[in-house]
Amino acid sequence: MEKLSGGDMLIRALQDEGVEYVFGYPGGAVLHIYDALFNQQKIQHILVRHEQAATHMADGYSRATGLPGVVLVTSGPGATNAITGIATAYMDSIPMVIISGQVQSHLIGTDSFQETDMIGISRPVVKHSFLVKEARDIPKTIKKAFYIATTGRPGPVVVDIPKDKTNPHDLYDYEYPAKISLRSYNPAITGHSGQIQKATKLLLSAERPMIYAGGGVILGNATEELRKLTKILGFPITNTLMSLGSFPGTDDQFLGMLGMHGTFEANNAMHHCDVLLAIGARFDDRITNTPSMFCPKAKIIHIDVDPASISKTIRADVPIVGEVGLILKEMLEIVEGQISRKSDEKPILDSWWEQIASWRSQDCLKINRGSEEEELIKPQDGVKAVFLVTDGQAYVTSDVGQHQMFAALYYPFDEPRRWINSGGLGTMGFGLPAAMGAQIAFPESTVVCITGEGSIQMNIQELSTCAQYGLPLKIINLNNRSLGMVKQWQDMQYEGRHSHSYMDSLPDFVSLAESYGHLGYKIEKRSDLEPVLKEVFSKKDRLVFVDIMVDPKEHVYPMLVSPNGSLRDMWLAKGVRT
Amino acid sequence: MRRIVSVLMENEAGALSRLIGLFAQRGYNIETLTVAPTEDETLSRLTLTTLASDEQIEQITKQVNKLVEVVKLVDLSEGDHIERELMLIKVLAGGAHRAEVKRISDVFRGQIVDVTQNSYTIQLTGTTEKIDAFLKALPIDSVLEVVRSGVSGLSRGEKVLSG
Ligand SMILES: Cc1ncc(C[n+]2csc(CCOP(=O)(O)OP(=O)(O)O)c2C)c(N)n1
Ligand SMILES: [Mg+2]
Repeated sequence: MEKLSGGDMLIRALQDEGVEYVFGYPGGAVLHIYDALFNQQKIQHILVRHEQAATHMADGYSRATGLPGVVLVTSGPGATNAITGIATAYMDSIPMVIISGQVQSHLIGTDSFQETDMIGISRPVVKHSFLVKEARDIPKTIKKAFYIATTGRPGPVVVDIPKDKTNPHDLYDYEYPAKISLRSYNPAITGHSGQIQKATKLLLSAERPMIYAGGGVILGNATEELRKLTKILGFPITNTLMSLGSFPGTDDQFLGMLGMHGTFEANNAMHHCDVLLAIGARFDDRITNTPSMFCPKAKIIHIDVDPASISKTIRADVPIVGEVGLILKEMLEIVEGQISRKSDEKPILDSWWEQIASWRSQDCLKINRGSEEEELIKPQDGVKAVFLVTDGQAYVTSDVGQHQMFAALYYPFDEPRRWINSGGLGTMGFGLPAAMGAQIAFPESTVVCITGEGSIQMNIQELSTCAQYGLPLKIINLNNRSLGMVKQWQDMQYEGRHSHSYMDSLPDFVSLAESYGHLGYKIEKRSDLEPVLKEVFSKKDRLVFVDIMVDPKEHVYPMLVSPNGSLRDMWLAKGVRT
Repeated sequence: MRRIVSVLMENEAGALSRLIGLFAQRGYNIETLTVAPTEDETLSRLTLTTLASDEQIEQITKQVNKLVEVVKLVDLSEGDHIERELMLIKVLAGGAHRAEVKRISDVFRGQIVDVTQNSYTIQLTGTTEKIDAFLKALPIDSVLEVVRSGVSGLSRGEKVLSG
C-alpha cells in the first residue's frame, strides 16, 4: 500500500472525492497542507482575499453546480473569518466541506498562538464536524464529511486538523474508502407510500389547489418531476426566494414568488387555497407571516427530506418524509394513472383560475413613476434591463437588501441553479464571491452580480481575486446611496427617521474597478440603460463594474403587513394597503 | 409537561456538547441530565428531563435525532417506564435532631453512608417525587448539602433501546 503523509492523504482524498476546486487562504497551521497542494495538479486552489469570501465562493460554486464546495483555511482568525460563510451555507442547506487547520495537538487548550476552538465556535452552524485525532483517520474522515454534507438535508461539515497530523515526515498507508456507512446517520430516502396515496387523492379532489415549492426542490434535483407534476395537474404554483427557477418563471401557471415581498397573486392564492402542496420548503417566518393566520382553509401536504422541518411552525395534515424527487415521481405515476380523469377534473379549476386572473390584473409589479422623472432610473428598471440584455439566461447572484428583492421579482428564471442568493441568513457580502464561484464553475456563461453600494463593500476586496483568475463577471450596482432596505423599514415603521441608513463618502466605483484592472461604467439616465448594458455584456472576457444611479426613495412592494397580518394583507405601494 | 428523553449516542468527544448546544440554541430547557457509557463502550446513554408541550417534544426529539452522533432516542414518558434518581444529602444530626433524621431516613428507605457527631450523610434512590418528598420531610434548616444524580430510566417490559 502507498505511504503518504497526513497532508498528502488529505489532498489525495479530496482528489479521490472528485474535488476540482478548493477555495482558501494559507497560514501557519495549514502550511503542510499547502505544501501538499503545491506538489499536485489535479485540484486547483483559488486564493481569495478574505476567508469569508472563500466560503461564499465555495457556496456559489455549489449552488450553481450541485456539487459540494470545498474550503481550506488556517486556524484562529482564518477559521473565525470563515464562520459567516459557513452559517450562510447552513441556513440554506448548501453542501460544503470546510477544512480548517488547528494548532498542534499538544498545544490545544493552552491558549496558544492562533488557537481557537473551531469545533465549538462553528457547532451551531454546521451539519456536523470532525476534529482529526489520528492522522491515519484522515481519508475516512474526509469520506464521512462529504457523505454527510451531500446526503439527506445537505449542509456544511467542518474538518478541523491539528498541524502535527499533516506532518510530512509521518507516513501512513493510504486507502480511500469506496463506501461509508454510519449507524447513527441514515437519512430518509423513499416516502411512505400510504401517505403518498393519501396526498395524491387530496390533490385530485382540490378545488383551489396551490403548489408551494421551496429550495429543497433545487437541492434535491427534483425540478423535472416538479414541472411534470405541476403541468399534468394544471395547478398554480409559487416558488420561495430559494426556489426561483425550479419552475419556469415565465410560465403561465407560475404566480411569482410568495412571502414577505411575494406577488399579490401568489400570496392571495396561498391564503385562499383549499389544498396546499408544500415541497422542500420550511414555512419560515418570511413566508407564513402570522402562523395562526396562515392558509386558514387549507389542508396541507408537506414533503421534505428533513423530518424536523415538518410541523415545525405549521402543522401538516399529510406529512411525507423522504427525497422530494422520488416522492414526486411516485405521485406523478399515480396521477398519470388517473390521467383519463384529468379532462373532467380540469373544469373544476376554472373558477379558481378566474379568481387568480383577477388577482393578477392588479399588476402588482407595475413601476410607479412620476411624469417629471422620465430619466430617473428605478432599481426595477436596472433589473429589467439586465434581464432583457442577458435574454434571461444568466447566472444571477445577489446580495441582501432592496436590490435582492428587485432581482428576485423582476428577473424571472426559467432554469434552476441560476438564481443564487443568501435567503436564510441574509448575508450582505455574499453576492460577489458567490458569483465568482459560479463563474469558476461555468467559465463560458454569463454571470451577473446584482448588488447594492452597501453590500458590495462587504467583500469588495475580491475584485483582486477576480483579476488574478480572469473572472469576467458583470457587477450591477443598484446604487441608491443608502442601505435601502433598512431605510424602507425606517420609512414605514419609524416615521422616516433614517438612523444610520445612508452611505456617505462612497468610493468612485468606476475608478475603483479600474484600479483593480477591470472596466467600470456609470449609468445615470434611464435612456442609457439598455445601450450601455448591451456594450457591457458584449465584453465577454472582462469583468465590468456597472454603477447605476437609482432612485434612492424607491420601496419594494408588495410587502406583507406585519405583525398580525396574514398572507393576503399587503402593502401595495406607499400608503396603499389591501 | 415533564418528559424523560433517553438517548443512545456515539461515545465520542464532542457528542455531548453538540446535544447540549442544541438545547441552548433552540431554547429548550434541561431540568436534569445524566450520561455514561453503556455495556457497549462505543455507545453512551444519556437521560434528560425537560418541560415541554406535545408540539415542543415533537420538535425536540426530531432535532436531537438529526444530530449525526445520535443512534436512537426514546421519549420514556410516552409509555410505562421506570425512573430513578440518586441523592446524597448531608444533614445536621446532632442532639435532638439525630433520632428524628434517622427515623425519617428509614421511612424513605434511605441509607446512612457517613456519620459524624453532628451530621449524617444519607443516600436515597427513587423517583424525583420521592426525593422531593424526603427533602420536605426533613427538619427545616437541617440540610447542609445536596447532590442529585438526575433522572435515569428504562421502559418497562422487554422493549430495549439498542444500537
Ligand atoms: C452582514 C449584514 N449586516 C447587516 C444586514 C442588515 N441589512 C439588510 S439589508 C441592508 C441594507 C443593504 O444595503 P445595500 O446593499 O445598499 O442594498 P439596498 O437595500 O440599498 O438595495 C442591511 C444593512 C445584513 N443583511 N447583513
Ligand atoms: Mg443601497
